[in-house]
Amino acid sequence: MSEEIEKKQVVRTAGQIVFAVGFVLIALVLVAVLPDQTAWKNRTKLFAQPRFWPAVSVIGMLVFGGLHLWHQTRQSRKRLVDRNDLYEAGVWLASFEYAGWFLAYVWGVPIIGYLPATLIFAPLLSWRLGYRGRKMLWVSVIFGALVVVMFKGFLHVKIPGGLIYEYLPDALRSFFILNF
Amino acid sequence: MDVFLSGIEILARWDVGLALLVGSVGGVLIGAIPGVGPAVAIAILLPATFSMDPIVGLTVLLGIYGSSMYGGSIPAILINTPGTAVNALTTYDGFPMTNRGEARRALALAYSSSFFGGVFSVVCLILFAPVLAKVAPMFGSREIFLAALLGIILVVTAHHKQTLIAAAMACFGIWLNTIGLEPVKYTKRYTFDQSWLSGGVNLIVVVLGLFALSQAFILLYSKDKKVHLSKLHGSFFQGFRELARHPRVAGVSATFGVLMGMIPGVGEFTAQFMSYTYAQKTSRRPQDFGHGSSEGLIAAETSNNAVPAAAMVPLLALGIPGEALTAMMLSVFYVHNVIPGPGLFQNRMDFVVALYIALLLLNVLVVIFLLVATNQLIKVVHIPDRFLGMCVLVLSFVGVYSLRNSVTDCALAAAFGVLGFVLKRLSLPIVPIILGMVLGGIMEVKLRAGMARVKTPFDFIDRPIAMILFLMIVFVLLLHVVRVWRDYKQQKA
Repeated sequence: MSEEIEKKQVVRTAGQIVFAVGFVLIALVLVAVLPDQTAWKNRTKLFAQPRFWPAVSVIGMLVFGGLHLWHQTRQSRKRLVDRNDLYEAGVWLASFEYAGWFLAYVWGVPIIGYLPATLIFAPLLSWRLGYRGRKMLWVSVIFGALVVVMFKGFLHVKIPGGLIYEYLPDALRSFFILNF
Repeated sequence: MDVFLSGIEILARWDVGLALLVGSVGGVLIGAIPGVGPAVAIAILLPATFSMDPIVGLTVLLGIYGSSMYGGSIPAILINTPGTAVNALTTYDGFPMTNRGEARRALALAYSSSFFGGVFSVVCLILFAPVLAKVAPMFGSREIFLAALLGIILVVTAHHKQTLIAAAMACFGIWLNTIGLEPVKYTKRYTFDQSWLSGGVNLIVVVLGLFALSQAFILLYSKDKKVHLSKLHGSFFQGFRELARHPRVAGVSATFGVLMGMIPGVGEFTAQFMSYTYAQKTSRRPQDFGHGSSEGLIAAETSNNAVPAAAMVPLLALGIPGEALTAMMLSVFYVHNVIPGPGLFQNRMDFVVALYIALLLLNVLVVIFLLVATNQLIKVVHIPDRFLGMCVLVLSFVGVYSLRNSVTDCALAAAFGVLGFVLKRLSLPIVPIILGMVLGGIMEVKLRAGMARVKTPFDFIDRPIAMILFLMIVFVLLLHVVRVWRDYKQQKA
């Protein structure tokens, strides 16, 4: 039974070799720049050298990453990189779109404020995801408002007020900066 | 007894009570939603807990950690989808019981087994605490270095058939931790002359990227599934009666959970495999396992719930987290200048006992909540995946941005989010990166301190605990080599 469970856990998909090659290349670059990016101090023991742990880690990345790549190429009976691998790499690139959404939200908060940015971002992303009905868009707005009230209003997490709040009347300005 | 009373005094505050309630109910809810999980929730809430008292913040996080597995059993049993990764084994016997029309029985059994596992481990550790308080001070720099090394080796070797990439990921984590100013000579390491890298890479930014943002991307990229649920009728109390008929399986599984939880890097999966295998081998009806066996369900749920309390042992006694969730909790300790390690057991035993009592109370609260609210709770599985992805993205922003209000942190977290997305798509291990980051830092400091008083390599292991840890490392490595050799032989045959 435990073998069956283990088999279920290890799922092999396309893109393994692409990832392994990328990892080894990065490790190679890190090993190559090791002397440049770390210092070696005279009259200091090996284990206390500033270079010691970076060297252990990048050499470890290269050795284990290299062995993993070798293992992958031995296991794979197909061409080194095929259409499925390229499709998978395309999926990885697609995740950049959502990373972009996240960064746009981050960029918007200090300018228009946490509450307005969240109230725009949540339904807009929901719309992009295909939720075009009024119900889901309203649920997104309510969710966004609840998150802001809970974290900024109650838990007082450190999120600065938006630049736009400066244009609010005096009485409202500090209230908005503190709570939204 | 005095320590026990002091522990209760620490907990006797309204904000701790609220934290217990939020942690337990929140954890069950998070566990019941497939695709979120405690790691995502803890990563998001981590910066918010920095402004709280250590006991309040840790109670919330412990609550989520300890109760998420209760919630995770609900979708595992009802829709064959584990709410958290460690509930995967619950689907083996839970879902066939649902198919037989015994969903309520399966849930009742899962709740009572989880409760037994949770309470058993806390009681064990409260009784065991005085021994730990005596042993912990015997750990000097060398012993802590060796324990951290053992933790990394165990994490790597636990990834059966993925050991090489797990080792590479652990090294990647160690490398991430070396970026920035070196702590003794103050020389720059891998900063590429970028000022924003001088301060190093923040662990929480990496955690949020690899766990929360990557999960948001996974959910945003997935397709919504239709889920059909039927209403559950009747009481859940009968689970306790049924559990009482299997004291051997429950007792052994909980013991495995406690033992495996205490070993850094091992955790729930190993405890579950050992308990399940034991239960199957000693059962009168082994053929029922995987087809709706109540013993199988008890073994899976008891052992995984016995782990959280035990996993706090290496963290509290040695300052060594055994897995990603306790690694995140370590940062809460550091922020409040409460340094886990031998000193904590010597000087703040009341605090340690308070944490264990909090865990005990959490288990009681969770089981009461589940006994009365399961019918309402199961509706959370209807939340569409992509909508959930949007929610996780909005919540992740709070986690990253509130740390230092840094756009750079957010960009870095997004980059780690993409990396986590790739790793999750390929089913490659993520946890070794986090443990590499945390344990790498500990190993660097402790090796330097330990080697200062060592003349020959043998001096490093001339103390009894250091020698035991060294022998354990050798044993684990040998065991792994034998396992790889056997796999190779099997493959050839």
